[in-house]
Amino acid sequence: MSKKRIVLTFPGRLVDQPITYHLIKDHNLMVNILRANVTPKEEGRLVIEIGGNKKDMESGMNYLKEIGVDTQPLTQDIRWHKDRCTECTACISICPSEAFVVNRKDMSVSFRKEKCIACELCIPICPYRAVEVNF
Amino acid sequence: MTRTISEINEKIKEGKAVVVTAEEIIDIVKEKGTKKAACEIDVVTTGTFGPMCSSSAYFNLGHSKPRIKIGGGKAYLNNVPVYTGIAAVDVYLGATAIPDDDPRNTVFPGEFKYGGGHVIEELVAGKDIKLIATAYGTDCYPRKSIETTINIKEINEAVLFNPRNSYQNYNVAVNLSDRVIYTYMGTLQPKLGNANYCSAGQLSPLLNDPYYKTIGIGTRIFMGGGIGYIVWNGTQHNPSVARSENGVPRAPAGTIAVIGDLKQMSPNWLRGTTFTGYGVTLTVGIGIPIPILNEEILKYTTVRDEDIFTQIIDYSDAYPQRKPDTLGEVNYAELKSGKINVKGKEVKTAGLSSYAKAREIAETLKGLIKRGDFLLTEPVAALPSVESGIAFKPMPSKPVKKK
Repeated sequence: MSKKRIVLTFPGRLVDQPITYHLIKDHNLMVNILRANVTPKEEGRLVIEIGGNKKDMESGMNYLKEIGVDTQPLTQDIRWHKDRCTECTACISICPSEAFVVNRKDMSVSFRKEKCIACELCIPICPYRAVEVNF
Repeated sequence: MTRTISEINEKIKEGKAVVVTAEEIIDIVKEKGTKKAACEIDVVTTGTFGPMCSSSAYFNLGHSKPRIKIGGGKAYLNNVPVYTGIAAVDVYLGATAIPDDDPRNTVFPGEFKYGGGHVIEELVAGKDIKLIATAYGTDCYPRKSIETTINIKEINEAVLFNPRNSYQNYNVAVNLSDRVIYTYMGTLQPKLGNANYCSAGQLSPLLNDPYYKTIGIGTRIFMGGGIGYIVWNGTQHNPSVARSENGVPRAPAGTIAVIGDLKQMSPNWLRGTTFTGYGVTLTVGIGIPIPILNEEILKYTTVRDEDIFTQIIDYSDAYPQRKPDTLGEVNYAELKSGKINVKGKEVKTAGLSSYAKAREIAETLKGLIKRGDFLLTEPVAALPSVESGIAFKPMPSKPVKKK
């Protein structure tokens, strides 16, 4: 089974459609909603993790494409500006998914994009504004 | 074994000085013993890189044609107000200053995106800065307003002057209340949700010379990527706090006032800093060399994170209300492990002072000394130490008498 985290962007006309239901029911995918930002008459954004076998993943992604939902990998929307980061570790205790980690031996900080769930908790915490999430 | 600073300088000039960092010295002494290490090692370098609010810069902007007396008027650098109550074109910029139209904490918690610390970082980076000034006009300074851009390369002087830097130890901040609080120690989650600390511990300058036996007024230092000097004790200098047997204070204690040419510094070591809901400041990189004059001085530099204790303070009540309560003591090895125990609860820790950058500063200073690019100075006067009896005084509440 493969898993991936994607950002769905869908136009206002699709806001009232049960898209996740179809992904689960018709395409046999496991859907974990990480974050949702849906406002009526505006564009909706949904960050999900989907899992399933290769064939189901393909049909699910085709379904999204057909109905007009734009998809892109989550990692494209999150940027850690390494040059802005001072490795102070202020983000470490707040990050729920351990995307930010400290090497306790030398106290260096690194960011594991694939672990990030785009919760944005670190954004106001970082004194150097080194994290950027574009939603 | 004793040696003098001038003997060390001779070795530095010959490229023969043995220099190690305050981190490296720990294992060296463990292996060789204090006596042998003191014979071999000339200098131990320290470093710290953290937010230091009592930081500032002053500038001489040069005279426009016709002249303007900004002194006594109003002036802004990138919309951040500067103090003008000095001579005609000298202005003073504080790290925590924010634009007049910044919404501050009106919508809580405020974002505090830009302020004095950021102006200093941008100036040092060589960026053009917008100057707006208004004045009342005089016979010799007729101009009443000016709007232009300034650049650090063009102005006469740009001097970083920090009245209090490099705190010797600092509190660990926690929050016992049931709401999130926004402090200068970062955002603190309710009910002991996290603990924030701010010191380079075993690499921190004043923790490696706890009684200020070598670090004094006139000491040449690494400052913001350039060269600076200690000019006085820092404000709130408080040498009389409780100390461990190794001499290390168990609470915030000594501080230093430092000065240096901003034109030689680098934005890598001076960073504009934001604390949500609190304000802006400047993160400063400081490195201080400790001359190994004798075994006693060497011994102080071998201090380890596990030997440095500090107080856990509740920033929801004890700190703002100035209550003396402490929730216990913890050492920096525990703090750096990622979790500590407070009142029986495991609490995640996070730093505000970068240990990784502190090490980089100590290494950089080591390199400068080894290459003969940095000579040590003899202090011209000592910083007040324990015997001075100086203690940190509170502000009394007194009725103001009507005249």
